[in-house]
Amino acid sequence: MLFASYGFLAFLAVLFCVYYVVPIKFRWSVLLAASYFFYCMSGIENLAYILVTTITVYFAAIFIERGMVEQKKYLSEHKKGMTKEDKKAYKEKQRRKHICLLAATLLLNIGILAAVKYGNFFIANFNTVLKIAGSGKRLSFVDVVLPMGISFYTLQAIGYLIDIYRETVSAEKNIFKLALFISFFPQVVQGPISRFEDLSETLYSGHSFNARNFCHGLQRVLWGYFKKLVIADRVMIAVNTIIQNSDNYRGVFCLIGMLFYTIELYADFTGGIDITIGVAEALGIRIRENFIRPYFSKSLKEYWRRWHISMCSWFRDYVFYPVSSSRLMRKLYKYAGSHMGDKLGRRIPVYVSSFIVWAATGIWHGASWNFVVWGIANWFILMVSEELEPVYTRFHKCFPNLKKRKAYLLFETGRTFALVCCLNLFDCYDNIADTFRMLGSALTVHNWHIIWDGSLAGLGLSVYDYAVLFVGVALMVIVSLVQRGAGVRERISQMPYAVRFALWYGLFLAVLIMGEYGIGYDASQFIYNRF
Amino acid sequence: MEKLLEILNNLHPDVDFLNQEKLIGDAILDSFDIVTLVAEIGDTFDVTISAKDIVPENFNSAKSLYALIQKLEEEN
Repeated sequence: MLFASYGFLAFLAVLFCVYYVVPIKFRWSVLLAASYFFYCMSGIENLAYILVTTITVYFAAIFIERGMVEQKKYLSEHKKGMTKEDKKAYKEKQRRKHICLLAATLLLNIGILAAVKYGNFFIANFNTVLKIAGSGKRLSFVDVVLPMGISFYTLQAIGYLIDIYRETVSAEKNIFKLALFISFFPQVVQGPISRFEDLSETLYSGHSFNARNFCHGLQRVLWGYFKKLVIADRVMIAVNTIIQNSDNYRGVFCLIGMLFYTIELYADFTGGIDITIGVAEALGIRIRENFIRPYFSKSLKEYWRRWHISMCSWFRDYVFYPVSSSRLMRKLYKYAGSHMGDKLGRRIPVYVSSFIVWAATGIWHGASWNFVVWGIANWFILMVSEELEPVYTRFHKCFPNLKKRKAYLLFETGRTFALVCCLNLFDCYDNIADTFRMLGSALTVHNWHIIWDGSLAGLGLSVYDYAVLFVGVALMVIVSLVQRGAGVRERISQMPYAVRFALWYGLFLAVLIMGEYGIGYDASQFIYNRF
Repeated sequence: MEKLLEILNNLHPDVDFLNQEKLIGDAILDSFDIVTLVAEIGDTFDVTISAKDIVPENFNSAKSLYALIQKLEEEN
């Protein structure tokens, strides 16, 4: 059951009725039943995967926490009879036990994710190696369907278990409540990847009906559908035309494809997250924001603090920090510092750790070398920016007022947006060679005449479509600008009734009339569903 | 505390670390700075800051960072 389907709307209508009718203390159970029903609709056979994750993570968390409680109890009971060394040895022994359990559970769950998501990718690469080695043998591909949301719920469950190990949260004693945390239906499809400390309380404590929250939630859902159906699915037609006929659409077409895909990705992904957060809000549940106007960022570093925040912070907290503070990196820090000089040498561990994180982020996005290169390209740009920081500082010391000028701000924002457009190209084409070929053509083929000679009509969009896109994108920009101050919905709610009605009814009609519900392309699939 | 301030000032000479209490909240320290700090502190104070300790509450000010170092020294 996809978000952009009539079935989903009917499901929501029934859920809202049931949720607000049953007693408050049972409302989380309604959400659990709804989440599992929603999940089963994607294929009942997928249920096994999410159940394995839930059960293994539940028991591992309980055992790790119990071990830690016992450790503290033992240490306090034997406080007097133990020397400092005894305590250290005992703590280390316990730590090893806990880390073994943690590692085994992580390996199992990451293993499942790797097998279903990357199995055929590994086989394809292995076959390439066999071919290069001159062997006639080939491994056959496996027929596995990627379970819905496995990339998202696996990370969320892993994050919870690591938090238990770090003692930042307490283990959930009720397995059904943990099952809800892992499977909560609005976010299981494409995130955000929530933390247990953020979501658990709001998820488990039933909420009374609040007309304001309910209306605001539905308004956000409507805005999400507008972005998805009116903008993303419309611009997707042109993007697909350019990408699928790369030999015919080169040069400026490729630049337009990059721009359009960046618009599509934003409208599609943020639209989906709007629906997620809006549905939760209508149920009285608060989910953290996943975007803070990312295309207004002044640098790539800032962009990654504002785009897909839950994923970035997950990789930072559960991969980057553990890797960079590991014993190996500490040794590398000392070694590089003494052999390569303080300044450069001591940055090496940071660069190595962030390389690992960006490669992992890339491969998490999809089983393709394109995504790995995309991750490494991000890493490379971030590192070069880091190295050039002293140059920027010196430059701005020479021109101290430059940063205050709006034109310079626009330049920085435009430069970052252009970089993001280029990086997004790795997501568009099937292989790295095609991506670089098209990027090259975008820079070397100057067929600018296509903008005014009517060629753009050949991309599958009519003048009406371009007009709708223009208005839709302008609306997204305006909403983003308004969001810098008070919330958009709060502002609208203070307007006279007639204006409010006209605005929301207008948006509803726009979704209904201008939404892309055609055939020949999948109007319902969100881009991040496939990740 | 002096040693810690020296490390912090080397990282960002323009920041008043004695009075600043939102080093993470105001995005003065980013993840790269934190990793450098973890390594430098480990080297200088002979303590191990693990990923578990890398939370905003411990890195928001020089005082909280110093408190963390003292806690780790005691544990050692």
